[in-house]
Amino acid sequence: MTSLSPETRKKITELTGKYPQKQAALLPVLHLIQNEIGYIPAEAEIWVAELLGLQPVRVKEVITFYTMFLEKPIGRYHLQVCTNLSCTLAGARNILSYLMNKLGIKPGETTADGRFTLTTVECLGACEHAPCMMVNFDYYEHLTPEKIDKILDGLE
Amino acid sequence: MAKKEKYLTGLFGLENLHEIEVYLQNGGYEAAKKAVKSMKPEEILKEVKAANLRGRGGAGFPAGVKWGFVPPTADKPKYLCVNADEGEPGTFKDKYIMSHNPHLLLEGIIITSYCVGIHQAFIYIRGEYEMIARRLEKAIDEAKTKGFLGKNIFGSQFALEVVVHRGAGAYICGEETALLESLEGKRGHPRLKPPFPASVGLFQCPTVINNVETIANVPFIIARGAEWFTQMGLPQDGGTRIFGVSGPVKKPGIYELPLGTSLRELIFNHAGGMLEGKELKAVIPGGMSAPILTADEIDISLDFESLKNAGSMLGSGAVIVIDKETSMLDVLQVVTKFYAHESCGQCTPCRVGVSWINKIVQRMAAGQGSPEDLETISRLASAIMGKTLCPLGDAAAMPILGIVEKFKDELLAQMGH
Repeated sequence: MTSLSPETRKKITELTGKYPQKQAALLPVLHLIQNEIGYIPAEAEIWVAELLGLQPVRVKEVITFYTMFLEKPIGRYHLQVCTNLSCTLAGARNILSYLMNKLGIKPGETTADGRFTLTTVECLGACEHAPCMMVNFDYYEHLTPEKIDKILDGLE
Repeated sequence: MAKKEKYLTGLFGLENLHEIEVYLQNGGYEAAKKAVKSMKPEEILKEVKAANLRGRGGAGFPAGVKWGFVPPTADKPKYLCVNADEGEPGTFKDKYIMSHNPHLLLEGIIITSYCVGIHQAFIYIRGEYEMIARRLEKAIDEAKTKGFLGKNIFGSQFALEVVVHRGAGAYICGEETALLESLEGKRGHPRLKPPFPASVGLFQCPTVINNVETIANVPFIIARGAEWFTQMGLPQDGGTRIFGVSGPVKKPGIYELPLGTSLRELIFNHAGGMLEGKELKAVIPGGMSAPILTADEIDISLDFESLKNAGSMLGSGAVIVIDKETSMLDVLQVVTKFYAHESCGQCTPCRVGVSWINKIVQRMAAGQGSPEDLETISRLASAIMGKTLCPLGDAAAMPILGIVEKFKDELLAQMGH
């Protein structure tokens, strides 16, 4: 893993010392790698497995089990639209189709310029401000088409 | 009638409450100091048991009883896991506690750990709450600097470390044994019980697992006593609950109310009633897993027993309000899609059954349903109930059965029958 910054490596070493068993650091280590690289490349799976003393398949099964871990690169901005009940009651379906039309992509796809990836997600825990979505780690709430225009215009 | 005091959320409006100095100015850490410096662990346990503090995560198990299951003298370390996974659809209360008052949670963790003899606690927080996780970490650093965490807490021999651990997007990890697996760096596959986590939990060691709101209640029980606490709620169900209301009401949000408040009062007084032009049709009273109530079933006391007797549950206290214009087929579609997505895949009845039901419902939504579909759904859902390792199977089957039974006519009409 030559591509990891010294800073992330340092954080990873600190992390493994926080747990009674270093394998427990697997999820936070994967978060750190994804934060830096944007996804978890195959070579990182092997690297993490060696670091934590795990079989590579144990790392693979964790990456594929949790929806937040990505195996492939995605767009610069990950638009995650909640389609669970409270958001659906507040018009999430319209929000989703507005985004699909505006970006010309379906959920699971990335725009040709690599800026946006659109995903539908389950409840984000912001039901009191429905409909909502996350863009990377930022929450956007009470969405309307006008508000979406503004949000997307504000992103590089 | 319980006195109305918002002891948990009352200070939330205060600016910078998340900073330790502000928390200290408002009586923060006094309860932890009292517990660690002047109380014996067994006195704390007695008080929490007498307070009848029931779990705020969903199952409602009495916290004191849970703590009491941990063997008093163990040759292994013991752990506390705070469940901050908050994945139950409709639920957003723990987010408020952790972001507005992270030190209250830490204070509860200190008292709980001291009581049970724990020296390492983990806060398992859902991956999406990244910013809240950072706020918690900052609060932990502040508390360490003050000598409230780390070694020699409040000058005593008691030591405690707290680690914030982020999940990565899996509803199942809110189930306590799946949470343990996840914390150990594995897939969130629930474990077979028994053994229960109190004896064999995290890293095979005795472990207490409590929801954020449950732990946040503990400092108040220590500061003001069990008797006061039961007066704040019901004798068998002490304290307030933070209810979360969402859906087409005028004021969606969190409402801290005594247990025993009526569902009608919550929706029509506190949450302001329905939005202009909307009429109430149904309510999901305790997170998506709680079976649905119709509009004429809302004169009900919000407590564990009353909702259980009505065939539903208080669950996480998340109230989702549904209006007349909303099609129950749409609701059913969202519900079945969710559980089909979130089944961990370990038990066949849940993995295959819920996906099968979901396929039928999606077909119905595409206009290709038939009246027999409802019978098939009921049959499949009944075949999942009680046949899985963890409660997710039941959590999926119960709301599906509820919708199909209570809104059968509407569903049939939507299929043209």
